Amino acid sequence: MIEFRGVTKQFPDGTVAVAGVDIVVPPRKTTVFVGSSGSGKTTLLRMINRMVDPTAGQVLIDGTDVATLEPVGLRRGIGYVMQNSGLLPHRKVIDNVATVPLLRGEKKAVAHARALELLDTVGLDRSLADKYPSQLSGGQQQRVGVARGLAVDPNILLMDEPFGAVDPIVRAELQQELLRLQGELGKTVVFVTHDIDEAFLLGDQVVIMQHGGQISQAASPAEILANPADDFVADFVGANRGKRALHLTEVDGRRIVVDDDGRPAGVLAS
Amino acid sequence: MNLLLDGIAWILDPANWTGVGSIPERIAQHLAISATVLVISALIALPIGTLVGHTGRGKELVVTVSGGLRALPTLGLLTLLALWLGIGLQAPIIALVVLALPPLLAGAYSGLESVDRRTVDAARAMGMREGQIIGKVEVPLGMPIIVGGIRSATLQIIATATLAAYIADDGLGRFIFAGLKTRDYAEMLGGSILVILLALAIDGLFAIIQRLVVPAGVRATRTRELRSRPPRPRAVVGRPITEGNPE
Amino acid sequence: MNWLWSNLDLVGELMLTHLALSVPAIILSFVISVPIGWIAHRYRWSRGVLLSLCGLLYAIPSLALLIALPIVTGQRTTSPINLVIALTLYGIAVIVRTAADAFDAVEPDVRQSATAIGYSAAGRFWGVELPLAGPVLLSGLRVVIVSTVSLATIGAVIGVQSLGSLFTDGLQRGIQAEIITGIVATMVLAIGLDWASVAIGRMLMPWWRPSAAERRRTLDRVERVDAA
Ligand SMILES: Nc1ncnc2c1ncn2[C@@H]1O[C@H](COP(=O)(O)OP(=O)(O)OP(=O)(O)O)[C@@H](O)[C@H]1O
Ligand SMILES: [Mg+2]
Repeated sequence: MIEFRGVTKQFPDGTVAVAGVDIVVPPRKTTVFVGSSGSGKTTLLRMINRMVDPTAGQVLIDGTDVATLEPVGLRRGIGYVMQNSGLLPHRKVIDNVATVPLLRGEKKAVAHARALELLDTVGLDRSLADKYPSQLSGGQQQRVGVARGLAVDPNILLMDEPFGAVDPIVRAELQQELLRLQGELGKTVVFVTHDIDEAFLLGDQVVIMQHGGQISQAASPAEILANPADDFVADFVGANRGKRALHLTEVDGRRIVVDDDGRPAGVLAS
Repeated sequence: MNLLLDGIAWILDPANWTGVGSIPERIAQHLAISATVLVISALIALPIGTLVGHTGRGKELVVTVSGGLRALPTLGLLTLLALWLGIGLQAPIIALVVLALPPLLAGAYSGLESVDRRTVDAARAMGMREGQIIGKVEVPLGMPIIVGGIRSATLQIIATATLAAYIADDGLGRFIFAGLKTRDYAEMLGGSILVILLALAIDGLFAIIQRLVVPAGVRATRTRELRSRPPRPRAVVGRPITEGNPE
Repeated sequence: MNWLWSNLDLVGELMLTHLALSVPAIILSFVISVPIGWIAHRYRWSRGVLLSLCGLLYAIPSLALLIALPIVTGQRTTSPINLVIALTLYGIAVIVRTAADAFDAVEPDVRQSATAIGYSAAGRFWGVELPLAGPVLLSGLRVVIVSTVSLATIGAVIGVQSLGSLFTDGLQRGIQAEIITGIVATMVLAIGLDWASVAIGRMLMPWWRPSAAERRRTLDRVERVDAA
């Protein structure tokens, strides 16, 4: 369990990126931080592995304040996947995946064997192991990034817009893959995105962030849709319009569901 | 044309290949002084440049100092030091070290600076220590530019070591100054040709090294980019690796 | 200081001589480099060859070049013209790369829209590409100014009069003040010419506002040439 208690971050230049955040990230579930650009999502995420230290408040992992932990060791125990995959361009795929175990002093043979298994886990062909990141497609690089995040079998996996830079088709594929993986592995996943559809698809808990680094609402997708906390949330999730505002109409005696623009979304199964 | 032939004849004259102050001896001296200076200045400049490039701190200071050093006329520094320290190798060595610092510093810090900050960030997020980030990520990726700095510094040293013969009885420059005194243009020219050949050979050697130190994964990107991208200003500093290799 | 007061005439005269050597070399190398840089930018195949040649030129030690040049030019080694030619060659070696980069940096969109509104090829060069490449060209020129002024002193060891003569003479006669005066005078000349070039740049490019970022980039370029 990860807990934020009254966490605030003000950067030296005066920007308040996160203001008084209280939130609990439940274990073995996916929590998604969603919000527009600059709302402090990345900052919040990076406080978990101490890439950023809060200026006020505490971040606790299983009851321990991370401020009391040594950052390098902490980071080695937490998986981190970022938007541009962050792979080391001068190392082969297999070495990238095995980086952290090797840093931790594992034997090379063991680390490499495990890395190969991880390639299977994330759905990559083992023949890619000896390629360099630049020789892979964006989607493949992102999978390698996920494999690297899983390399030390961490309990916590931090993902910062991991699918932000790939095209929509590949993104949909990667999203499904992540759902499958999470079903198998049951990690505590903290996921950042600014795509509300992605948040609803992946999140057990969705945290909606507002500009200035405040939380507008944290709840399950269904609750948010049913009970948006305020107009900002309602507007952000588009509850009143577009393809989320579904209505029933009757055509030839069958009940059809249509969206706000009158486009059919499906039939109502009874 | 006769002049050139005279110079070549001087080089080929067997008399100049033996005895005290022979061509091989002068070449060895030239290389020895250059190597000494390179090692000393690299020991000073590379760690500082690496640190500045890694932390991003102190860049302004380094740029200002090395800019000032560049405007300093070589010969002025050399003669001033010679006046203080007397005839001999001390003055040229110090002058040469001072002159080699700016390119070495520039190469080291711009090499590290050229590494994508996101890659460095990812390395840190994975749990690399600062030293590991420098050693395993920034230095290997910045190596072509670091070597570029060493290459420029070396050329600068070889050129200035020629001038050093004005102060000390050392190196290939001796032929130039000896020829100047006895009005023997053949000897001056012969010495100059030797210096030029030496500089070009070393430059070529560095060109090869610079190519070899491009990390394999980066080379893979580069070839792909060359095919698909329109000409763009290089973001990297240093002598481009594609040189002499028209895309 | 005493030495300086009693030799003001000499220093002034040598400064003028020094200017007469370096200014023509700076102007010549700029005028010659811009078209070469443009060719390197425009025709990809020529780029590698031209830039390699400049790299080779740059690698040649200056003293050796001064002595070897007369084989080609027919000048005496001690003639000022010989020195000006050598300085010009070094200047070219430095600016051509910057000039190619400067033209590369002109946005393709701007170029295309210039063509689209009816600029001829020549009109586009003078009216669009050259002005837009101006700031980067100027930064290259500034590097050349500093290096040329400092390099011109080398001629003194083979007998070409310049501020460098203060070094050789000061060493022979053991006058420290003379050498220091020479160093300061050389640096003053370099800085003065540098300012002048910026002033002229402002005049020719009134739209150009060197931002803090750009000033930093100019410094970077200095470093780049260095690492190059
Ligand atoms: N190192 C820093 N120094 C100063 N300000 C910063 C720093 N990092 C982030 N900020 C500022 O803090 C605010 C929040 O940044 P953050 O990166 O957390 O936003 P985000 O929600 O992740 O945005 P995005 O969706 O664009 O990634 C922004 O206004 C940003 O400009
Ligand atoms: Mg972010």
